[in-house]
Amino acid sequence: MSELPGDLKYTNEHEWLRQEEDGTVTIGITDHAQSALGDLVYVELPEIGQEVESGGEMAVVESVKAASDVYAPISGEVVEVNEELSDDPEKINADPYGDGWIVRMRPTGDDGDTMSPDEYQAFLDELED
Amino acid sequence: MGKKTPLYDSHVAAGARIVDFGGWDMPLHYGSQLDEHHIVRTSAGAFDVSHMTVVDVIGDGALDFLRHLLANDVARLKEAGKALYSCMLNSDGGVIDDLITYYLAPGRYRMVVNAATRDKDVAWINERAAGFNVGISERPELAMIAVQGPRARELAAAVLDSEWREKALALKPFFALEADELFIARTGYTGEDGWEIVMPAERAADFWANFVAAGIRPCGLGARDTLRLEAGMNLYGSDMDETISPLEAGLGWTIAWEPEERNFIGRKPLTAMRADKSRRQFAGLLLEGKGVLRDHMRVIVDGFGEGEITSGGFSPTLQRSIAMARLPAGDYDHAQVEVRNKLLGVRVVKLPFVRNGKAHIKI
Repeated sequence: MSELPGDLKYTNEHEWLRQEEDGTVTIGITDHAQSALGDLVYVELPEIGQEVESGGEMAVVESVKAASDVYAPISGEVVEVNEELSDDPEKINADPYGDGWIVRMRPTGDDGDTMSPDEYQAFLDELED
Repeated sequence: MGKKTPLYDSHVAAGARIVDFGGWDMPLHYGSQLDEHHIVRTSAGAFDVSHMTVVDVIGDGALDFLRHLLANDVARLKEAGKALYSCMLNSDGGVIDDLITYYLAPGRYRMVVNAATRDKDVAWINERAAGFNVGISERPELAMIAVQGPRARELAAAVLDSEWREKALALKPFFALEADELFIARTGYTGEDGWEIVMPAERAADFWANFVAAGIRPCGLGARDTLRLEAGMNLYGSDMDETISPLEAGLGWTIAWEPEERNFIGRKPLTAMRADKSRRQFAGLLLEGKGVLRDHMRVIVDGFGEGEITSGGFSPTLQRSIAMARLPAGDYDHAQVEVRNKLLGVRVVKLPFVRNGKAHIKI
Protein backbone atom coordinates (compact mmCIF):
# COMPACT_ATOMS: atom_id res chain seq x y z
CA MET A 1 0.00 0.00 0.00
CA SER A 2 1.41 3.36 -0.96
CA GLU A 3 1.83 6.17 1.55
CA LEU A 4 -1.00 8.72 1.72
CA PRO A 5 0.01 12.28 0.84
CA GLY A 6 0.16 14.23 4.09
CA ASP A 7 -1.18 17.53 2.73
CA LEU A 8 -4.60 16.16 1.74
CA LYS A 9 -7.87 15.51 3.50
CA TYR A 10 -9.90 12.39 2.82
CA THR A 11 -13.51 11.19 2.91
CA ASN A 12 -15.09 7.84 3.64
CA GLU A 13 -16.18 7.79 -0.04
CA HIS A 14 -12.45 7.52 -0.89
CA GLU A 15 -12.01 11.02 -2.23
CA TRP A 16 -9.21 13.42 -1.45
CA LEU A 17 -9.29 17.22 -1.11
CA ARG A 18 -6.47 19.70 -1.43
CA GLN A 19 -6.89 23.25 -0.10
CA GLU A 20 -5.32 25.55 -2.70
CA GLU A 21 -3.84 28.97 -1.87
CA ASP A 22 -6.48 30.83 -3.90
CA GLY A 23 -9.25 29.41 -1.72
CA THR A 24 -10.36 26.72 -4.14
CA VAL A 25 -10.31 23.00 -3.36
CA THR A 26 -9.00 20.34 -5.75
CA ILE A 27 -10.75 16.96 -5.55
CA GLY A 28 -9.89 13.49 -6.79
CA ILE A 29 -10.27 9.86 -5.80
CA THR A 30 -7.76 7.98 -3.66
CA ASP A 31 -5.31 5.29 -4.67
CA HIS A 32 -7.47 2.79 -2.80
CA ALA A 33 -10.49 3.85 -4.91
CA GLN A 34 -8.71 3.62 -8.26
CA SER A 35 -7.24 0.25 -7.35
CA ALA A 36 -10.64 -1.13 -6.33
CA LEU A 37 -12.26 0.18 -9.53
CA GLY A 38 -9.62 -1.22 -11.87
CA ASP A 39 -8.57 0.37 -15.15
CA LEU A 40 -10.66 3.46 -15.85
CA VAL A 41 -12.06 3.86 -19.35
CA TYR A 42 -14.39 6.86 -19.10
CA VAL A 43 -14.90 9.88 -16.86
CA GLU A 44 -18.01 12.07 -16.99
CA LEU A 45 -17.13 15.54 -15.73
CA PRO A 46 -19.45 18.29 -14.47
CA GLU A 47 -19.91 21.63 -16.26
CA ILE A 48 -17.78 24.56 -15.21
CA GLY A 49 -19.95 26.93 -13.18
CA GLN A 50 -22.18 24.11 -11.97
CA GLU A 51 -23.27 24.40 -8.33
CA VAL A 52 -22.89 21.15 -6.43
CA GLU A 53 -24.26 20.26 -3.02
CA SER A 54 -22.22 18.25 -0.58
CA GLY A 55 -23.18 14.59 -1.08
CA GLY A 56 -24.55 15.26 -4.56
CA GLU A 57 -23.31 13.56 -7.72
CA MET A 58 -20.31 15.43 -9.06
CA ALA A 59 -18.76 13.11 -11.65
CA VAL A 60 -18.93 9.53 -12.86
CA VAL A 61 -15.90 7.30 -13.22
CA GLU A 62 -16.31 4.16 -15.27
CA SER A 63 -13.84 1.32 -15.13
CA VAL A 64 -13.65 -1.87 -17.14
CA LYS A 65 -15.86 -3.34 -14.40
CA ALA A 66 -18.51 -0.77 -13.48
CA ALA A 67 -19.67 2.83 -13.27
CA SER A 68 -19.28 4.65 -9.96
CA ASP A 69 -20.62 8.02 -8.90
CA VAL A 70 -18.21 10.49 -7.40
CA TYR A 71 -20.04 12.51 -4.76
CA ALA A 72 -19.13 16.08 -3.93
CA PRO A 73 -17.42 16.10 -0.54
CA ILE A 74 -18.25 19.79 -0.08
CA SER A 75 -20.80 22.26 -1.42
CA GLY A 76 -19.51 24.72 -3.97
CA GLU A 77 -19.15 25.89 -7.53
CA VAL A 78 -17.12 23.93 -10.05
CA VAL A 79 -14.40 26.30 -11.32
CA GLU A 80 -12.25 23.88 -13.28
CA VAL A 81 -12.40 20.29 -14.51
CA ASN A 82 -9.54 18.04 -15.61
CA GLU A 83 -10.34 17.95 -19.34
CA GLU A 84 -7.42 15.62 -20.00
CA LEU A 85 -9.38 12.82 -18.34
CA SER A 86 -11.81 12.79 -21.30
CA ASP A 87 -9.15 11.31 -23.54
CA ASP A 88 -6.95 9.80 -20.88
CA PRO A 89 -9.05 8.46 -17.99
CA GLU A 90 -6.23 6.11 -16.97
CA LYS A 91 -4.37 9.15 -15.59
CA ILE A 92 -6.46 8.48 -12.48
CA ASN A 93 -4.98 4.98 -12.23
CA ALA A 94 -1.46 6.17 -12.90
CA ASP A 95 -1.39 9.24 -10.67
CA PRO A 96 -4.53 9.55 -8.51
CA TYR A 97 -3.17 12.38 -6.32
CA GLY A 98 -1.53 14.35 -9.16
CA ASP A 99 -2.41 14.30 -12.89
CA GLY A 100 -5.52 12.30 -12.05
CA TRP A 101 -7.29 15.12 -10.20
CA ILE A 102 -10.94 15.48 -11.23
CA VAL A 103 -12.40 18.91 -10.33
CA ARG A 104 -11.57 22.16 -8.62
CA MET A 105 -14.34 23.80 -6.61
CA ARG A 106 -14.88 27.10 -4.87
CA PRO A 107 -16.52 26.16 -1.57
CA THR A 108 -19.76 27.90 -0.68
CA GLY A 109 -20.56 26.16 2.58
CA ASP A 110 -18.89 24.26 5.34
CA ASP A 111 -16.13 21.77 4.92
CA GLY A 112 -18.12 18.56 5.06
CA ASP A 113 -16.79 15.54 6.95
CA THR A 114 -13.17 14.89 6.15
CA MET A 115 -10.39 12.85 7.69
CA SER A 116 -6.68 13.45 8.22
CA PRO A 117 -4.25 11.07 6.48
CA ASP A 118 -3.87 9.08 9.72
CA GLU A 119 -7.61 8.84 10.21
CA TYR A 120 -8.13 7.74 6.61
CA GLN A 121 -5.35 5.15 6.92
CA ALA A 122 -7.08 3.77 10.03
CA PHE A 123 -10.36 3.74 8.08
CA LEU A 124 -8.69 1.73 5.28
CA ASP A 125 -7.09 -0.68 7.74
CA GLU A 126 -10.49 -1.36 9.21
CA LEU A 127 -11.93 -2.09 5.75
CA GLU A 128 -9.22 -4.62 5.08
CA ASP A 129 -10.01 -6.60 8.25
CA MET B 1 -13.98 -18.81 0.73
CA GLY B 2 -14.54 -20.30 -2.67
CA LYS B 3 -13.12 -23.32 -4.42
CA LYS B 4 -9.52 -22.97 -5.52
CA THR B 5 -7.83 -24.18 -8.68
CA PRO B 6 -4.35 -25.79 -8.49
CA LEU B 7 -2.98 -22.40 -9.63
CA TYR B 8 -4.50 -20.33 -6.84
CA ASP B 9 -1.19 -19.90 -4.99
CA SER B 10 0.55 -18.92 -8.23
CA HIS B 11 -2.06 -16.20 -8.79
CA VAL B 12 -1.73 -14.80 -5.28
CA ALA B 13 2.06 -14.82 -5.50
CA ALA B 14 1.82 -12.88 -8.78
CA GLY B 15 -0.27 -10.19 -7.08
CA ALA B 16 -3.63 -11.11 -8.61
CA ARG B 17 -6.81 -9.46 -7.46
CA ILE B 18 -8.96 -12.46 -6.57
CA VAL B 19 -12.73 -12.45 -7.11
CA ASP B 20 -15.53 -14.96 -6.79
CA PHE B 21 -16.60 -16.49 -10.10
CA GLY B 22 -19.33 -19.11 -9.90
CA GLY B 23 -18.10 -20.23 -6.48
CA TRP B 24 -14.41 -20.22 -7.47
CA ASP B 25 -11.70 -17.84 -6.22
CA MET B 26 -10.28 -16.66 -9.53
CA PRO B 27 -7.86 -13.93 -10.66
CA LEU B 28 -9.62 -10.84 -12.05
CA HIS B 29 -6.35 -9.25 -13.14
CA TYR B 30 -2.70 -9.06 -12.11
CA GLY B 31 -2.44 -5.26 -12.14
CA SER B 32 -3.99 -3.98 -15.34
CA GLN B 33 -6.85 -5.65 -17.15
CA LEU B 34 -6.31 -3.39 -20.16
CA ASP B 35 -2.65 -4.36 -20.51
CA GLU B 36 -3.61 -8.02 -20.28
CA HIS B 37 -6.22 -7.53 -23.00
CA HIS B 38 -3.75 -5.87 -25.36
CA ILE B 39 -1.06 -8.48 -24.77
CA VAL B 40 -3.43 -11.22 -25.94
CA ARG B 41 -4.30 -9.25 -29.10
CA THR B 42 -0.65 -8.55 -29.88
CA SER B 43 1.46 -11.34 -28.30
CA ALA B 44 0.42 -14.05 -25.82
CA GLY B 45 -1.44 -14.44 -22.53
CA ALA B 46 -2.14 -17.39 -20.23
CA PHE B 47 -5.48 -17.95 -18.50
CA ASP B 48 -6.25 -20.34 -15.68
CA VAL B 49 -9.46 -22.05 -16.80
CA SER B 50 -9.18 -24.98 -14.41
CA HIS B 51 -12.57 -24.09 -12.97
CA MET B 52 -14.17 -25.37 -16.15
CA THR B 53 -15.44 -28.92 -16.03
CA VAL B 54 -14.09 -31.75 -18.14
CA VAL B 55 -16.64 -34.53 -18.66
CA ASP B 56 -15.68 -37.68 -20.56
CA VAL B 57 -18.42 -39.60 -22.36
CA ILE B 58 -17.32 -43.13 -23.12
CA GLY B 59 -19.08 -46.22 -24.41
CA ASP B 60 -20.67 -47.87 -27.45
CA GLY B 61 -23.66 -45.59 -27.06
CA ALA B 62 -21.68 -42.34 -26.80
CA LEU B 63 -22.40 -41.19 -30.35
CA ASP B 64 -26.13 -41.89 -30.14
CA PHE B 65 -26.32 -40.29 -26.72
CA LEU B 66 -24.57 -37.07 -27.73
CA ARG B 67 -26.65 -36.82 -30.90
CA HIS B 68 -29.69 -36.83 -28.61
CA LEU B 69 -28.23 -34.56 -25.91
CA LEU B 70 -26.82 -31.74 -28.06
CA ALA B 71 -28.38 -29.35 -30.57
CA ASN B 72 -25.33 -29.59 -32.80
CA ASP B 73 -24.59 -32.97 -34.35
CA VAL B 74 -21.50 -34.83 -33.18
CA ALA B 75 -21.88 -37.14 -36.21
CA ARG B 76 -20.23 -34.25 -38.07
CA LEU B 77 -17.02 -35.14 -36.24
CA LYS B 78 -15.31 -37.60 -38.55
CA GLU B 79 -11.65 -37.01 -37.79
CA ALA B 80 -10.14 -37.87 -34.41
CA GLY B 81 -9.51 -34.76 -32.35
CA LYS B 82 -12.10 -32.59 -34.08
CA ALA B 83 -14.07 -30.22 -31.84
CA LEU B 84 -17.68 -29.05 -32.05
CA TYR B 85 -19.31 -26.11 -30.28
CA SER B 86 -22.89 -26.79 -29.22
CA CYS B 87 -25.72 -25.82 -26.93
CA MET B 88 -27.27 -28.35 -24.58
CA LEU B 89 -30.99 -27.55 -24.47
CA ASN B 90 -33.85 -28.32 -22.12
CA SER B 91 -37.11 -29.70 -23.47
CA ASP B 92 -38.43 -26.13 -24.00
CA GLY B 93 -35.47 -25.27 -26.24
CA GLY B 94 -33.78 -23.08 -23.59
CA VAL B 95 -30.02 -23.28 -23.15
CA ILE B 96 -28.81 -25.33 -20.17
CA ASP B 97 -25.21 -24.66 -21.16
CA ASP B 98 -22.93 -24.10 -24.12
CA LEU B 99 -19.96 -26.42 -24.45
CA ILE B 100 -17.29 -27.90 -26.66
CA THR B 101 -17.26 -31.60 -27.50
CA TYR B 102 -14.07 -33.24 -28.75
CA TYR B 103 -14.18 -36.51 -30.67
CA LEU B 104 -11.25 -38.55 -29.36
CA ALA B 105 -11.93 -41.99 -30.88
CA PRO B 106 -14.95 -44.14 -31.71
CA GLY B 107 -16.97 -44.33 -28.48
CA ARG B 108 -14.83 -41.69 -26.73
CA TYR B 109 -15.78 -38.04 -26.46
CA ARG B 110 -14.66 -35.25 -24.15
CA MET B 111 -16.86 -32.30 -23.23
CA VAL B 112 -15.76 -29.08 -21.55
CA VAL B 113 -18.62 -27.30 -19.81
CA ASN B 114 -18.91 -24.06 -17.82
CA ALA B 115 -17.90 -23.82 -14.18
CA ALA B 116 -20.95 -22.01 -12.86
CA THR B 117 -23.30 -24.60 -14.38
CA ARG B 118 -21.26 -27.66 -13.40
CA ASP B 119 -23.70 -29.28 -10.98
CA LYS B 120 -26.84 -28.89 -13.07
CA ASP B 121 -24.98 -29.93 -16.23
CA VAL B 122 -23.64 -33.12 -14.73
CA ALA B 123 -27.02 -33.96 -13.18
CA TRP B 124 -28.79 -33.35 -16.51
CA ILE B 125 -26.26 -35.35 -18.52
CA ASN B 126 -26.44 -38.31 -16.14
CA GLU B 127 -30.23 -38.25 -16.05
CA ARG B 128 -30.44 -38.19 -19.85
CA ALA B 129 -27.83 -40.92 -20.26
CA ALA B 130 -30.14 -43.53 -18.81
CA GLY B 131 -30.93 -46.10 -21.47
CA PHE B 132 -27.80 -45.39 -23.49
CA ASN B 133 -24.77 -47.63 -23.21
CA VAL B 134 -22.49 -44.89 -22.00
CA GLY B 135 -20.42 -43.91 -18.99
CA ILE B 136 -20.20 -40.29 -17.84
CA SER B 137 -17.18 -39.27 -15.80
CA GLU B 138 -16.29 -35.88 -14.44
CA ARG B 139 -12.55 -35.24 -14.32
CA PRO B 140 -11.95 -32.95 -11.31
CA GLU B 141 -8.33 -34.15 -11.11
CA LEU B 142 -7.55 -32.22 -14.30
CA ALA B 143 -6.50 -28.59 -14.61
CA MET B 144 -6.71 -26.44 -17.72
CA ILE B 145 -4.62 -23.52 -18.99
CA ALA B 146 -5.50 -21.48 -22.07
CA VAL B 147 -2.63 -19.79 -23.92
CA GLN B 148 -4.00 -17.25 -26.37
CA GLY B 149 -2.63 -14.67 -28.77
CA PRO B 150 -0.76 -14.51 -32.08
CA ARG B 151 2.46 -15.74 -30.44
CA ALA B 152 0.88 -18.14 -27.94
CA ARG B 153 1.45 -21.43 -29.76
CA GLU B 154 5.02 -20.59 -30.72
CA LEU B 155 5.93 -19.60 -27.13
CA ALA B 156 3.99 -22.41 -25.45
CA ALA B 157 5.45 -25.06 -27.76
CA ALA B 158 8.85 -24.53 -26.18
CA VAL B 159 7.40 -25.76 -22.88
CA LEU B 160 6.09 -29.02 -24.33
CA ASP B 161 8.08 -32.26 -24.50
CA SER B 162 9.95 -32.28 -27.78
CA GLU B 163 8.18 -35.41 -29.02
CA TRP B 164 4.81 -33.61 -28.96
CA ARG B 165 5.93 -30.16 -30.04
CA GLU B 166 5.59 -30.57 -33.80
CA LYS B 167 2.37 -32.52 -33.60
CA ALA B 168 0.87 -29.82 -31.39
CA LEU B 169 2.01 -27.07 -33.76
CA ALA B 170 0.52 -29.01 -36.68
CA LEU B 171 -2.97 -29.02 -35.14
CA LYS B 172 -5.55 -27.28 -37.32
CA PRO B 173 -7.99 -24.82 -35.72
CA PHE B 174 -10.67 -26.59 -33.68
CA PHE B 175 -8.65 -29.81 -33.44
CA ALA B 176 -7.12 -31.46 -30.39
CA LEU B 177 -4.68 -34.24 -29.62
CA GLU B 178 -3.92 -36.46 -26.66
CA ALA B 179 -0.24 -36.23 -25.73
CA ASP B 180 0.43 -38.69 -22.90
CA GLU B 181 -1.05 -37.01 -19.84
CA LEU B 182 -1.86 -33.84 -21.76
CA PHE B 183 -4.75 -32.89 -23.96
CA ILE B 184 -3.94 -30.00 -26.30
CA ALA B 185 -6.71 -28.25 -28.24
CA ARG B 186 -6.41 -25.42 -30.72
CA THR B 187 -9.45 -23.66 -29.32
CA GLY B 188 -10.14 -20.64 -27.16
CA TYR B 189 -12.41 -17.85 -26.03
CA THR B 190 -10.58 -14.72 -27.11
CA GLY B 191 -10.86 -14.51 -30.92
CA GLU B 192 -7.12 -15.18 -31.18
CA ASP B 193 -5.14 -18.25 -32.11
CA GLY B 194 -3.91 -20.43 -29.26
CA TRP B 195 -4.32 -23.64 -27.30
CA GLU B 196 -6.33 -24.86 -24.38
CA ILE B 197 -4.27 -27.45 -22.54
CA VAL B 198 -5.75 -29.97 -20.11
CA MET B 199 -3.28 -31.54 -17.69
CA PRO B 200 -3.07 -33.37 -14.36
CA ALA B 201 -3.70 -30.87 -11.55
CA GLU B 202 -0.34 -31.59 -9.90
CA ARG B 203 1.55 -30.49 -13.02
CA ALA B 204 -0.39 -27.25 -13.50
CA ALA B 205 1.77 -24.94 -11.34
CA ASP B 206 4.95 -26.04 -13.16
CA PHE B 207 3.37 -25.55 -16.56
CA TRP B 208 2.10 -22.13 -15.55
CA ALA B 209 5.54 -21.05 -14.32
CA ASN B 210 7.15 -22.35 -17.51
CA PHE B 211 4.65 -20.54 -19.73
CA VAL B 212 5.33 -17.31 -17.86
CA ALA B 213 9.09 -17.87 -18.13
CA ALA B 214 8.61 -18.43 -21.88
CA GLY B 215 7.13 -14.93 -22.19
CA ILE B 216 3.41 -15.65 -21.92
CA ARG B 217 1.80 -13.17 -19.57
CA PRO B 218 -0.73 -14.19 -16.89
CA CYS B 219 -4.18 -12.79 -17.68
CA GLY B 220 -7.28 -12.73 -15.52
CA LEU B 221 -11.00 -13.15 -16.00
CA GLY B 222 -11.41 -9.42 -16.63
CA ALA B 223 -9.40 -9.53 -19.85
CA ARG B 224 -11.02 -12.84 -20.75
CA ASP B 225 -14.39 -11.10 -20.66
CA THR B 226 -13.44 -8.07 -22.79
CA LEU B 227 -11.63 -10.34 -25.26
CA ARG B 228 -14.59 -12.65 -25.72
CA LEU B 229 -16.97 -9.67 -25.97
CA GLU B 230 -14.88 -8.15 -28.78
CA ALA B 231 -14.79 -11.59 -30.41
CA GLY B 232 -18.61 -11.77 -30.27
CA MET B 233 -18.55 -14.94 -28.19
CA ASN B 234 -21.48 -15.59 -25.89
CA LEU B 235 -21.19 -15.82 -22.13
CA TYR B 236 -23.56 -18.28 -20.52
CA GLY B 237 -25.78 -16.63 -17.91
CA SER B 238 -25.44 -13.21 -19.57
CA ASP B 239 -26.21 -13.73 -23.25
CA MET B 240 -28.35 -16.83 -22.87
CA ASP B 241 -29.85 -19.03 -20.18
CA GLU B 242 -32.57 -21.65 -19.73
CA THR B 243 -35.30 -19.22 -20.82
CA ILE B 244 -33.54 -18.24 -24.07
CA SER B 245 -33.23 -20.39 -27.18
CA PRO B 246 -30.04 -20.42 -29.26
CA LEU B 247 -32.08 -18.73 -32.02
CA GLU B 248 -32.40 -15.59 -29.90
CA ALA B 249 -28.79 -15.66 -28.73
CA GLY B 250 -27.07 -15.54 -32.11
CA LEU B 251 -26.37 -19.27 -31.94
CA GLY B 252 -28.68 -20.50 -34.69
CA TRP B 253 -25.59 -21.61 -36.62
CA THR B 254 -24.85 -24.20 -33.93
CA ILE B 255 -28.15 -26.03 -34.44
CA ALA B 256 -27.88 -28.99 -36.82
CA TRP B 257 -31.33 -29.24 -38.42
CA GLU B 258 -30.23 -31.98 -40.80
CA PRO B 259 -30.82 -34.87 -40.75
CA GLU B 260 -34.46 -34.24 -39.95
CA GLU B 261 -34.91 -37.56 -38.19
CA ARG B 262 -32.32 -36.76 -35.50
CA ASN B 263 -34.42 -36.21 -32.39
CA PHE B 264 -32.32 -33.97 -30.15
CA ILE B 265 -33.67 -32.52 -26.91
CA GLY B 266 -35.48 -29.24 -27.60
CA ARG B 267 -35.90 -29.86 -31.31
CA LYS B 268 -39.69 -29.53 -31.37
CA PRO B 269 -40.05 -26.14 -29.66
CA LEU B 270 -37.02 -24.87 -31.57
CA THR B 271 -38.61 -25.80 -34.90
CA ALA B 272 -41.68 -23.73 -34.02
CA MET B 273 -39.51 -20.78 -32.97
CA ARG B 274 -37.52 -21.01 -36.17
CA ALA B 275 -40.66 -20.31 -38.21
CA ASP B 276 -41.58 -17.28 -36.08
CA LYS B 277 -40.47 -14.22 -38.01
CA SER B 278 -41.14 -11.92 -35.05
CA ARG B 279 -38.56 -13.57 -32.81
CA ARG B 280 -35.87 -11.34 -31.38
CA GLN B 281 -32.51 -11.04 -33.05
CA PHE B 282 -29.06 -10.90 -31.52
CA ALA B 283 -26.56 -8.31 -32.69
CA GLY B 284 -23.67 -6.10 -31.73
CA LEU B 285 -23.91 -2.46 -30.66
CA LEU B 286 -21.21 0.17 -31.09
CA LEU B 287 -21.60 3.30 -28.99
CA GLU B 288 -21.13 6.32 -31.24
CA GLY B 289 -19.99 8.76 -28.57
CA LYS B 290 -18.37 8.53 -25.17
CA GLY B 291 -19.67 6.44 -22.29
CA VAL B 292 -19.89 2.76 -21.46
CA LEU B 293 -22.65 0.30 -22.35
CA ARG B 294 -23.39 -2.19 -19.57
CA ASP B 295 -25.34 -5.42 -19.10
CA HIS B 296 -29.15 -5.05 -18.88
CA MET B 297 -29.34 -1.53 -20.31
CA ARG B 298 -32.49 -0.80 -22.31
CA VAL B 299 -32.21 -0.49 -26.09
CA ILE B 300 -34.80 1.57 -27.96
CA VAL B 301 -35.28 1.02 -31.70
CA ASP B 302 -37.59 3.63 -33.18
CA GLY B 303 -40.48 1.99 -34.98
CA PHE B 304 -39.46 -1.53 -33.97
CA GLY B 305 -39.63 -1.76 -30.18
CA GLU B 306 -37.23 -2.34 -27.34
CA GLY B 307 -34.41 -4.69 -26.56
CA GLU B 308 -31.78 -5.30 -23.90
CA ILE B 309 -28.01 -5.39 -23.69
CA THR B 310 -26.93 -8.87 -22.61
CA SER B 311 -23.17 -8.10 -22.38
CA GLY B 312 -21.71 -4.64 -22.52
CA GLY B 313 -18.40 -3.01 -21.80
CA PHE B 314 -15.45 -1.11 -23.10
CA SER B 315 -13.49 -2.43 -26.06
CA PRO B 316 -9.78 -1.81 -25.46
CA THR B 317 -9.00 -2.66 -29.09
CA LEU B 318 -11.56 -0.27 -30.61
CA GLN B 319 -11.30 2.29 -27.78
CA ARG B 320 -15.08 2.49 -27.82
CA SER B 321 -17.87 0.92 -25.87
CA ILE B 322 -19.46 -2.17 -27.42
CA ALA B 323 -22.22 -4.58 -26.47
CA MET B 324 -24.14 -7.64 -27.51
CA ALA B 325 -27.90 -7.21 -27.35
CA ARG B 326 -31.19 -8.99 -27.87
CA LEU B 327 -33.24 -6.75 -30.15
CA PRO B 328 -36.63 -6.59 -31.85
CA ALA B 329 -36.97 -8.26 -35.25
CA GLY B 330 -36.44 -6.03 -38.25
CA ASP B 331 -33.95 -4.35 -40.50
CA TYR B 332 -32.25 -1.31 -38.99
CA ASP B 333 -28.73 -0.15 -38.30
CA HIS B 334 -29.25 2.42 -35.60
CA ALA B 335 -30.73 2.44 -32.09
CA GLN B 336 -30.51 4.24 -28.78
CA VAL B 337 -29.44 2.95 -25.40
CA GLU B 338 -30.55 4.35 -22.07
CA VAL B 339 -27.29 5.01 -20.27
CA ARG B 340 -27.69 6.50 -16.82
CA ASN B 341 -30.93 8.34 -17.72
CA LYS B 342 -29.63 9.59 -21.06
CA LEU B 343 -30.34 8.23 -24.52
CA LEU B 344 -27.13 7.61 -26.45
CA GLY B 345 -26.89 6.66 -30.12
CA VAL B 346 -25.52 3.26 -31.11
CA ARG B 347 -24.87 1.55 -34.41
CA VAL B 348 -26.28 -1.94 -34.79
CA VAL B 349 -23.53 -4.14 -36.22
CA LYS B 350 -22.81 -7.72 -37.15
CA LEU B 351 -20.66 -9.69 -34.71
CA PRO B 352 -17.78 -10.07 -34.13
CA PHE B 353 -16.17 -6.72 -33.40
CA VAL B 354 -12.59 -8.03 -33.47
CA ARG B 355 -10.92 -11.19 -34.75
CA ASN B 356 -7.22 -12.05 -34.85
CA GLY B 357 -6.15 -8.64 -33.64
CA LYS B 358 -8.13 -6.72 -36.26
CA ALA B 359 -11.34 -4.71 -36.16
CA HIS B 360 -14.17 -6.38 -38.09
CA ILE B 361 -16.32 -3.29 -38.17
CA LYS B 362 -15.74 0.22 -39.42
CA ILE B 363 -15.35 2.74 -36.61
